[in-house]
Amino acid sequence: MLSRVADRIFWMSRQMERAENMARILGVTSNLVLFGTKDAQQQKNLLAPLSITETDTAFFEAHKKLTLPALLDFMALDEKNPSSIYSCLKWARENAHAVRWQITSEMWETLNATWLELKGFKKKDITGSDATRFFDWVKDRSHLFRGVTYGTIVRGEAFNFSRLGTFLERADNTARILDVKYHILLPRVEDVGGALDYYQWAALLRSVSAFETYRTLYRDQIFPIKVAQLLLLEQKMPRSLAACFAQVNEALERIEGQHDKGAKRLAGELHVRLTHADIEEIFQAGLHEYLETCLDDIGELGSRIQKAYLGTV
Amino acid sequence: MPAPVQHYDEMNLPAGKGRGVREHYRNIEAWLGSMPPERVAEKRREADLLFHRVGITFAVYGDEAGAERLIPFDTIPRIIPSAEWEMLAKGLKQRVTALNRFLHDIYHGQAILKAGVIPAEQVLTNEAYQVSMVGLDLPNQVYSQIAGIDLIRHEDGGYFVLEDNLRTPSGVSYMLENRKMMMRLFPELFATQSVLPVEHYPGLLLDTLRASAPNEMREPTVVVLTPGQYNSAYFEHAFLAQQMGVELVEGADLFVKDGYVYMRTTGGRQRVDVIYRRVDDAFLDPLAFRPDSFLGVPGLLSVYRAGNVSLANALGTGVADDKSTYPYVPDMIRFYLSEEPILKNVPTWQLKKPKDLAEVMDNLPKLVVKEVQGSGGYGMLIGPTSTKKEIEAFRARILANPANYIAQPTLSLSTCPTFVEQGIAPRHIDLRPFVLSGKDVKFVPGGLTRVALKEGSLVVNSSQGGGTKDTWVVE
Repeated sequence: MLSRVADRIFWMSRQMERAENMARILGVTSNLVLFGTKDAQQQKNLLAPLSITETDTAFFEAHKKLTLPALLDFMALDEKNPSSIYSCLKWARENAHAVRWQITSEMWETLNATWLELKGFKKKDITGSDATRFFDWVKDRSHLFRGVTYGTIVRGEAFNFSRLGTFLERADNTARILDVKYHILLPRVEDVGGALDYYQWAALLRSVSAFETYRTLYRDQIFPIKVAQLLLLEQKMPRSLAACFAQVNEALERIEGQHDKGAKRLAGELHVRLTHADIEEIFQAGLHEYLETCLDDIGELGSRIQKAYLGTV
Repeated sequence: MPAPVQHYDEMNLPAGKGRGVREHYRNIEAWLGSMPPERVAEKRREADLLFHRVGITFAVYGDEAGAERLIPFDTIPRIIPSAEWEMLAKGLKQRVTALNRFLHDIYHGQAILKAGVIPAEQVLTNEAYQVSMVGLDLPNQVYSQIAGIDLIRHEDGGYFVLEDNLRTPSGVSYMLENRKMMMRLFPELFATQSVLPVEHYPGLLLDTLRASAPNEMREPTVVVLTPGQYNSAYFEHAFLAQQMGVELVEGADLFVKDGYVYMRTTGGRQRVDVIYRRVDDAFLDPLAFRPDSFLGVPGLLSVYRAGNVSLANALGTGVADDKSTYPYVPDMIRFYLSEEPILKNVPTWQLKKPKDLAEVMDNLPKLVVKEVQGSGGYGMLIGPTSTKKEIEAFRARILANPANYIAQPTLSLSTCPTFVEQGIAPRHIDLRPFVLSGKDVKFVPGGLTRVALKEGSLVVNSSQGGGTKDTWVVE
């Protein structure tokens, strides 16, 4: 497959996943704010999406105060913010348009229809209870895209690069969410293992669709270390870091190429590392440090994939 | 308002000639009569939605929003009886054959110039004449593998060739999508009439391209080279690549090494043998032509001249579809084929000739004046529908550079019933059949019918608000 085409398919899939993750984070943030927690906690909750996407500086250039409406304005529909949901969906569609004949017509139409419908949302539609409707719509469109891809495209390089993009992005987003949330929710190492604000943790679990899974596995007492175990290491949880790396590794194994530049090897290493990791050891060494290393590795893997297959830009 | 010009009505017989509708339109007449207006409106909305969703759009240059527009599609087909089409096909084959012979000749022995049939400077100083093509032998001696010949029908019902397009003619994708759309929206119509199929065009195109491969190689790698997704005809480039099952590439995907052209793939480099290039000559190779072009491949010309890659269409075909060369095409047919032209040229004045210039200047309000190198309906004066001010402004442009213009009498393009605001009304149409030349000449029946949607307008180009219709050749 043409390198340029693989690049577009890879990034279009990453952008859809990014939009979904953003909708999840913003949805949870909106809910948390409704709980009327203390001001300092409020600000931390509102800052989380900005920290995750590293857009805090950009936000404060455009807005004076960090309020929920301002945050939603910035992260949902702001055309000038390259990390906003708007920008992600727009670029997903642009990338698909560039390669619309190398993807199935259903995939193209899904992304094109998403873009056309997005243009119908106005800023006033993203306030109050309507915000939830918007986030649900974004998640639905992402699910649809993944489902249509899985259900329609022939199992060739287009499929492989799409899956690679989706799960690499999901891995990246999961690691970031965990890292930021842990910083917010666990300011002190001594708090680990204690019963903390149930709602905050429940919110974190919901943001990665893991709340019911947690309760099924661990009943209703939420312990940070078990949350970390579920979201980092549990292969059966589709949004865990371990599950993402299994998918990334699998996709890379299917991709044909002789000049791999160490991408497959690194993916394999990450997959094995997460498969055999021990949560207690991770916490002893420091969760934040562990997640930081993961993020660096994910970045390095992305870079190697770009060089080996997608044509360096 | 100028007095209405008489025109040929494709569907209706002139008053007093028996039952109102021509035989091949009887089914359509019955169908239109039987459909309640709400159903018509519903079907038109359905077509609109489908076209948008599938993304069959057209990007208009200069549009600020970079918007994509739908090319309006009218659901009333334009119908041609098969006997008529057979005559057209013969004429098209003859014309394109002569044009290819001409192109071979001017880049080799130049017999037609030596015989004085065409003035040498008309060809040799023509902007589109490619010196780098002199002496190069091409597979099958074919220069324009894909030609689009624009035809119109005058008030007496006779067909005339309006223009030849031998470089990067477009529109075939709309022809194919229109047929698909009609069959989806109105399957009942195809049950009552035998409409010749067009769906096999991509197969014929691929055969033609493979037949153009260097050294008659058996399994050549064919690609479609596009300027990219922001080009106005991008939909077509991508559509044809997909239909043929070949890669759609941009300049940046290709590179030249060791005397061949390769494409960059995830699995390493892959050699390319035939390029169906929808990029203009000037942009094809920054080392040979425009150095600022990012659309081409550095070194492509050297590989082409070495005979290691084929281009469709060849470099330098612009000399033959130039409006200033157009008046000589009937002579080409006589010179190379010793036959009389089956398809007629429109009488044309060449304003570089003083006598022609004088005659035209005296009659500007009655004539159509076109730039020799223009396209897309721009740079044109349509005398009968222009104001005095517009005519005088154009007169000044002509006087500044008469050699840049040709003039023709105002043709009355035939009309075909079309859905408009007020219901159904006649609108002017033309026809662009696509002629493929590989080892031999092939076509699909019909072609693209373009319709001028504005009342009384003669400008059918999509970039200026024209639409399209499905074209039926019926037994």
